[in-house]
Amino acid sequence: MKHILSVTVLNQPGVLNRITGLFARRNFNIDSLNVGETEDPSYSRMTIVVKGNDQTLEQVKKQLHKLIDVIKITDLDQSNIVDRDLALIRVNCTREHRSEIIQIVDTFRGKVVDLSTDNVMIEATGTENKIEALIEVLKDFGIQDIVRTGIIALGRGQLLDK
Amino acid sequence: MSGADILIKSLLAENVEVIFGYPGGKVIHIYDLLYECPIKHYLARHEQGAIHAADGYARSTGMVGVCIATSGPGATNLVTGLANAYMDSVPVVAFTGQVATSQIGKDSFQEADIKGITMPVTKHNYLVTDVNDLAKTIKDAFYIAKTGRPGPVLIDLPVDVVKAEAEYSYPAESDLPGYKPTYKGHSRQVKLAAEKINKAKKPVIFAGGGVIISEAAEELKELAWKGNIPVITSLMGLGSFPGDDQLSLGMPGMHGTRYANYAFCETDLIIAIGTRFDDRVTGRLDKFASQAEVIHIDIDPAEISKNVEILIPIVGDAKNIVRELLPLIKDKDRKEWLSQIDDWKKSHPLKYNNNADEILPQSVIESIYKITEGEALIVTEVGQHQMWAAQFYKYSKPRTFFSSGGLGTMGYGLPAAYGVQIGRPDKTVVNISGDGSFQMNLQELATISNYKIPVKTVILNNGTLGMVRQWQELFFEKRYSATMLDNPDFVKLAEAFGIFALRIVEKEDLLPALNKAFEYEGPVLLDIKVAQEENVFPMVPAGAGIKDMIGG
Repeated sequence: MKHILSVTVLNQPGVLNRITGLFARRNFNIDSLNVGETEDPSYSRMTIVVKGNDQTLEQVKKQLHKLIDVIKITDLDQSNIVDRDLALIRVNCTREHRSEIIQIVDTFRGKVVDLSTDNVMIEATGTENKIEALIEVLKDFGIQDIVRTGIIALGRGQLLDK
Repeated sequence: MSGADILIKSLLAENVEVIFGYPGGKVIHIYDLLYECPIKHYLARHEQGAIHAADGYARSTGMVGVCIATSGPGATNLVTGLANAYMDSVPVVAFTGQVATSQIGKDSFQEADIKGITMPVTKHNYLVTDVNDLAKTIKDAFYIAKTGRPGPVLIDLPVDVVKAEAEYSYPAESDLPGYKPTYKGHSRQVKLAAEKINKAKKPVIFAGGGVIISEAAEELKELAWKGNIPVITSLMGLGSFPGDDQLSLGMPGMHGTRYANYAFCETDLIIAIGTRFDDRVTGRLDKFASQAEVIHIDIDPAEISKNVEILIPIVGDAKNIVRELLPLIKDKDRKEWLSQIDDWKKSHPLKYNNNADEILPQSVIESIYKITEGEALIVTEVGQHQMWAAQFYKYSKPRTFFSSGGLGTMGYGLPAAYGVQIGRPDKTVVNISGDGSFQMNLQELATISNYKIPVKTVILNNGTLGMVRQWQELFFEKRYSATMLDNPDFVKLAEAFGIFALRIVEKEDLLPALNKAFEYEGPVLLDIKVAQEENVFPMVPAGAGIKDMIGG
């Protein structure tokens, strides 16, 4: 089962290393991890996606709590969140396919952010599923490169207290 | 004042009386101040010795042990000691020198990323890059090391930070927003636990090192006596409950007593206090205490249900929680259960062959117990001798047994023993050692000799790496691969360090030699030739359930 943890940490050097090191040595698998400064620059928020049963998740949370730099951990209720994945996708694109690809990108509310004679770069944001659906469709044209941020998420209408 | 001045002042503010360390280029400014300083510095002969000594000092006094090492190899030599203290929850603050901030990351001479290296083996660690942060960092480090579940904290100090000038202002308190240990148990959980205990027909208390750390031994005794509940003590918990008490079952697990393991297999309720259900205790998890419900009292929430499923968790300080629990516990005689345990004790005592021609290691431990009247502080290295010291010496008080439990560090005993002795100068300190383990940090004989620390080192010399040899005998058809030792002459070696030493080969010489050693006022080394193929029994083979013991 997939869990999305929103983790508020002190915005200090080495904190990311502590978190990833903890996951590695405790044999917990990280699906994705994002980190960025919050509204208060002394804190960062990490969105960590982990897969595992309830017992694994419990240990992940407890072990994270033991880190001195971790302020708060929220296990986001996935039925009540806004989550986004951002992808940049470079796809083979000859002149004859250009309009078809732009149409597909429009359907997925993405943007073409770069164009050359034989490829386009597409920016897309949305849920993980949406990005995966877009990638699936674009595979027919030949994907050259993909970079994805993984999930960032916030609970709807709830404050993530420090 | 300089960073080095701030460091010394901060240590004085923390009431540090003793530092164990080893100088070097990047800590030379600190050492310059230690030259005339009320804090007593003990020069180890290897940084690993320094940190084990700080560890031993901390365990024996309950205070924070402090050590110092230089950058690069000095710092990396602390890693084993940090991991050792981390696994056994020992409060240690280690200071390391570092190259100047401008040189960090350039593979400078004697540079090591000790903050990165020690992240997994410290409770927390710091690299101080601004001298203005130094005093606060030290305050926080001591606070983190000694509060909650104690552990080692490392502070890495670049040489330019040590030399830089700043105002000294030591904070009165630490304020760490992400660190708020829970000390008080949840009262509803305590009530639930009391109800379970009162209803239980065959309960056992499983006491760990947490009982000693939180100084809950008196409360533990009251709980056991009031409810007539037998007490099993983990290796780290030895001394938390009197080993000679009727209710004591000693140590469980791989080399535990048969009766402790049988009790775990039959109990309907385990009251675990300050212990973490190590794999050496539980054996195969699906066969461990299958009929029992478990109450777990621990200050570290991450220990709850980590290895064993817990019915009633109570997070907090053991002393507080057992105190809350006591008035709710009903007096019960539990005759049937205690008589069952008594039968097990009678039919499966710890034993060895008293009539052997050779000196048996167990008899040495029992003799030390008799001569010291159970009052010595026993330190061990790691191996067979460690298990015999755990089995055959009856520890009646907390902070009387010191051993590397979690990490199993060979070479821990000798330096830890002088740390223990410095912490408790009034006591007889005995380092029970194997010939293999002893050689891992024997250079510390120089420290012992240098400061005339009256540690009694007893080598149970069987000429092998005993525990591995035992496994090879039992499970590898006696193929003694790399376990037979060609040892140096330990007596001559001790004498080279200026330490009084005796070799004992004959059985009849054992008691006189032990008496002589314990009467002697300074440090002593005893090289006792013991039976080579003597094994530690009972034994739960790796991967088996704890009921499936062999031997004993």
